[in-house]
Amino acid sequence: MDEYILIFRHEDGQKVASPEQIQVWMKHTRDWIGGIAAQNKFVGGNGLPFEDSKVVGHKGVVTNGPFGEIKETIGGYIIVKGNSVDEAVEFAKGCPVLQGDGNTVEVRRIAKGDGVH
Amino acid sequence: MKEQELIPHLFRTEFTKISAVLCKLFGIEHIEIAEDIASDTFLLAFETWSFKGIPANPVAWLYTVAKNKAKTYIKRSQLFEGKITTALKNSSTGIHEIEIDLSDKNITDSQLQMLFAVCHPSISAEAQIGLALRILCGFGINEIADAFLTNKETINKRLFRAKEKLREEKVPIEFPNEDEIIKRLDTILTTLYLLFNEGYYSESQDAILRNDLCLEAMRLTYLLVENKYTNHPNVNALLSLMCFHSSRFEARKNDNGEIVLYQDQDETRWNEELIAKGVYFLHEASQGGKISKYHVEAYIAYWHTIKTDSAEKWESILQLYNHLLQIEYSPIAALNRTYALSKANGNAVAITEAEKLNLTDNHFYYTLLGELHKDTDNDKAKQHFEKALLLAKTNTDRQTIRKKIDQLSTT
Repeated sequence: MDEYILIFRHEDGQKVASPEQIQVWMKHTRDWIGGIAAQNKFVGGNGLPFEDSKVVGHKGVVTNGPFGEIKETIGGYIIVKGNSVDEAVEFAKGCPVLQGDGNTVEVRRIAKGDGVH
Repeated sequence: MKEQELIPHLFRTEFTKISAVLCKLFGIEHIEIAEDIASDTFLLAFETWSFKGIPANPVAWLYTVAKNKAKTYIKRSQLFEGKITTALKNSSTGIHEIEIDLSDKNITDSQLQMLFAVCHPSISAEAQIGLALRILCGFGINEIADAFLTNKETINKRLFRAKEKLREEKVPIEFPNEDEIIKRLDTILTTLYLLFNEGYYSESQDAILRNDLCLEAMRLTYLLVENKYTNHPNVNALLSLMCFHSSRFEARKNDNGEIVLYQDQDETRWNEELIAKGVYFLHEASQGGKISKYHVEAYIAYWHTIKTDSAEKWESILQLYNHLLQIEYSPIAALNRTYALSKANGNAVAITEAEKLNLTDNHFYYTLLGELHKDTDNDKAKQHFEKALLLAKTNTDRQTIRKKIDQLSTT
C-alpha cells in the first residue's frame, strides 16, 4: 500500500469567511478526516495558517505572502494510505475545500525511500 | 457463615499485599516462593479460624504468620546461602533481624513496583493480564481461566512462561526513573485497560467475578493516581473512563443475565456516585496539554452518561470518534463513529460511510447496517441482521440480533 499526500489549493487564501461558515467548514473537514480514519487509511495531516506566512525568493528576497502575486495558495494537506492513486482520488473528492469554487486538491504519491522510487 | 464470607475477601486483598512485599524482598526470580508463603498463610488461617474463630485483628494475625513463615523459609532454605544472601547482604543485618516490612507504605510501594515488573515489555499482553490477575489481584487459576473462557492448563502454562520470562530478563522490582516511568506507563495502562475490559465484556456467567475484575483494574489504576510519580493525566483519564463505564454495570444486564443495550437501559440504575467520580478524574486528567486515547474515550463515555438525546450530544460524540480514530484505529471505534454519524448527520450519509468500512467479517458491521436501514427499508435491514447472526460468536450476541429481527417482523 502506498501513501498519498492530498494538498489543498485555495484560489484565494485571503477570502474572509464568517465565523459561522468557518465552523461549518471545520465540521465538514473533521467528518471527512474521520471517515478516512474509520477506514484505517488516515496517516496524518495539518492546516497551514496564512497568518505570518512568508515567501522567500531568489537571492533571499523575503515577501509577505503568498498573497497577491500567486494565484493559488496551499491551505493544508493530509496524508492517506491507498492501494492506488484512484483510491486516493476518491478520498480527495470528498474534501470540503472543493466546496469553494476554483479550489483544487492535488494528489501525489509519496516516494517510499526504498531506492525503487 | 461469617468466616466463609470473610476469608475470600481477605484472601483477595491481603494475598496481593503479602505476595508483593515478599516478592520484592526475595526478588522476581523467587516469585513462586512469595506466592507459596502467602498461600500457606491463608491455609493456616482457614484451618485455625474455622475452629477457634476469627481473631480480633485478622490482618495483623495474617501479617505475623506471613512474617514468621518467610523468616522460617529464609533460615531453612538452601537458597539462602546463595541468591537471597546476596540480595539481602546490603541490609548488613543477621538472619534473625530480617525485617519484613508490612507497613501500608511498603505494601503500596511493593504493589506498584510489582505492577511495573509484571507489565514488562518483554511479556505478551495476555500474559501480563494473567500475571496481574494472579499476583496483583489475588485471583485463583480457576477464576482466571473462567474470565478468559479457557481451561486451567492453558492459564497455568501461560503464567509459567511469563514467570520464566521475568526470570530470564532479570526484571527488577523497583521504580524506574522518571523518563522510564512515562514510557512504561503506556504498557501498564494498556494492561489495566484490557483487564477492565476483560471484566466488562467477559462472557463469563459469573457476574461477581466480572465485577471483581473491573474493581481490581480500578484499584490498581487508583494506586497509580495516588502515587506522585505515576499520577499522570492519562492515568486519571483511564480511571475516569473506568468510572463512567462501571456506573452502568448494574443496568447492563437484566435479571436473566442478558445484555441490556444502552438505549434500553434504565438510567435510574446508573450509579451516580461513580459518574461523579468519573467527572472528578476527568477534570484531573485535563491538567496536562496532551490528549491520550483514554481522554477521548473518557469524554465519549461522559456523553453517554447523559441519557437524553440532543444534537450537541451526538455531534460531540461524532467529533470525539473522529479524533479517536486519528489517534488509534480500531474496527469497533470505526463502527461506533458511523453510528454517531447517523445520529448527527442522518442515516443516508451514515449508510454510504458504513459501506466503505467493509468490515465484512464483523457481525457488529452488519448489525450497524441493519440498524441504519431499519424503518426505511426493513427487507434490507433483515438481510443485514441475518448476516450478522451467522457471524456472531456468542450466545448473547445471537440473542441480541434475534431480538432485532423479531422487532422488524412485528413493525
